[in-house]
Amino acid sequence: MHGEALVTSRRDLLSLIGAMAGSAAMYHAMTSLGFASESPYKGPIRLDGDPKGASVLVLGAGLAGMTAALELRKAGYKVEILEYNGRAGGRNWTLRGGDSFTELGGFRQTCEFESGLYVNPGPWRIPYHHRALLDYCKRFNVALEPFIQLNHNAFLHASRAFGGAPQRIRSVKADFQGQIAELLAKVAMQSRLDAAVTKEDQELLLQALRSWGALDRDYGYNANLISAEFRGYARDPGGGIGAEGAPGKPVGLTDILRSRLWRYLQSFAHYNFQTTMFQPVGGMDMIGKAFARELGGPIRFNARVTQIKQDDRGVTVNYVDAARPGEQRQASADWCVCTIPLSVLSQLPLDVSAKMKSAIDAVPYAASVKIGLQFKRRFWEEDEAIYGGISYTDLPIRQIAYPNSGFNRTGKGVLLGAYLYNGANAFEFTAMPPAERVARAVEFGAAIHPQYKEEFENGVAVAWHRVPFTLGCSGDWSEEARAAHYDDLCQIDGRIVLAGEHASQLPAWQEGAILSALDAVVRLHERVVRT
Amino acid sequence: MSACRQDRLHWRLIVAISLALLPVAAGSQNGAFSPGERTFSSGYRFVEMSGEELFVNVCQGCHMGDGAGAVGAGAYPSLAADANLEAGGYPVYLVLRGRRGMPPFADMMSDDQVAAVVNYLRTHFGNNFQDMVTAKDVRDARQ
Repeated sequence: MHGEALVTSRRDLLSLIGAMAGSAAMYHAMTSLGFASESPYKGPIRLDGDPKGASVLVLGAGLAGMTAALELRKAGYKVEILEYNGRAGGRNWTLRGGDSFTELGGFRQTCEFESGLYVNPGPWRIPYHHRALLDYCKRFNVALEPFIQLNHNAFLHASRAFGGAPQRIRSVKADFQGQIAELLAKVAMQSRLDAAVTKEDQELLLQALRSWGALDRDYGYNANLISAEFRGYARDPGGGIGAEGAPGKPVGLTDILRSRLWRYLQSFAHYNFQTTMFQPVGGMDMIGKAFARELGGPIRFNARVTQIKQDDRGVTVNYVDAARPGEQRQASADWCVCTIPLSVLSQLPLDVSAKMKSAIDAVPYAASVKIGLQFKRRFWEEDEAIYGGISYTDLPIRQIAYPNSGFNRTGKGVLLGAYLYNGANAFEFTAMPPAERVARAVEFGAAIHPQYKEEFENGVAVAWHRVPFTLGCSGDWSEEARAAHYDDLCQIDGRIVLAGEHASQLPAWQEGAILSALDAVVRLHERVVRT
Repeated sequence: MSACRQDRLHWRLIVAISLALLPVAAGSQNGAFSPGERTFSSGYRFVEMSGEELFVNVCQGCHMGDGAGAVGAGAYPSLAADANLEAGGYPVYLVLRGRRGMPPFADMMSDDQVAAVVNYLRTHFGNNFQDMVTAKDVRDARQ
């Protein structure tokens, strides 16, 4: 990889410091060197050296293909892109009112959202550590706003617990944490941690548990104003006479454990989902549109690739223009960066080594479904004080995600009424006609928000296995397949190199697509300049 | 297994009751929806047991309701009048392991379920292979 030798030597130095001086010293050394949390992205790439008029054919105008095309053109290559769709962006995609979309099987949906409202059927959030994507957004003037992953006032819902009533994330989190703290404090006070923790540290541990768990003076987690500061109040504090806050009654640990609502708390703990997350203002496709704008001309749309050939002199790609389906066309170049999803590429005649072909054939594509629903009013804000964020449920819809913009306005709103990723329900929803997907999402969602029945207006449902340009959501590598094939997939094979989220260690993330493209063009350029 | 059965009945109940109350489905979209019963699984594994229900709730997502497949940038193969289904072991292998972009279902379906859906395929959509695949065949194919 680009710059790997340099990084490795720094790592060696750090492990030496770590071994000699202990981890605290190592952490200090790391932070002073500036990369305790190290992104593989080191800023804009520089492709020094003259490509001497070499040409590159890029297949696919998603983020990977457009990244490769922009960087190669900047380095002096002649670049042309073939794209299956009639638009740029690929899975970087937003549906708005008036947009039509025909899925495999022929069902055609026209989005009926009011102007200004949208749903992102593909990627919808950007972690703060996806530095390459953020850098391109900055350079291309794509305005970002916060994506709210954790809203303490959104719901966790278990259909067979609490009489089916959704619980506020805030109170589940506080009650779970508080009672675990209480348990651990009891054990510590019974001297049962003596073997594991020194006496001095036990005193600190008790202080920490009281602070972390909202425990009272006796290390209990109870209905009082201490726990209310974490879990919220039965009646919020107000102004004037009789305005004191009233604490609510915590949910018992047994009830939380048996409800399994604790499963969802990891959705806020994962590195990929920690604050701050972002979304582009106005829809995720603002990014794809910005890339296409920077590129300008060289995208040939509605081009379905049918064969990829190569020899010592160059690459020739056969394709069919959707407007003239009877006619085979050809495009040629010295080199090819192919970002076609493996679900599609594995079906094409392709001149590559047996090893790369095996790698291309080794990756199944994930099932995923997203459903956008428009409602007459933003009842989740007006009635329930939920401003952005996500509610999680064990119902087949799995999630309800509230819009992270346009807060506190009157008028209509669109929320994400289902987000399924793998598992049985994702296949079951894919197998339905789109109108049924929408109707089922409304039906299930009404168990969490009864307002659905009154307020629902229209919806749009994208099942990724039915999407004609990808035949699936993303490369679903197994650990075994990755160990056996990943490196072969990423090699330059003659004059062809692959790029895309499938050729990254960040599957299904836009950052993976971009980092893969950057790595591919750096290696390709090294080869071109050398020959 | 009994937990699965319970889950399945539970969803059926919800859907049956609630669909009766549903006002309008989804406007002008194609494939207008008429309420009916549908099974939803409650975990990672499918709870559908019959070959027909497995096909309709799972396979149909890609291979379509008539088994004819579909064509986009790539294609989902047609399973109709499909000579590749003649040897029962081949579709069993594909359902368990997947192929290329097709996901493997070995961890999501039991031996009985795989046998049921393969037997359904081999006797519908213009296929008429009467030698039934058994759960034991599937179990052996997992080795």
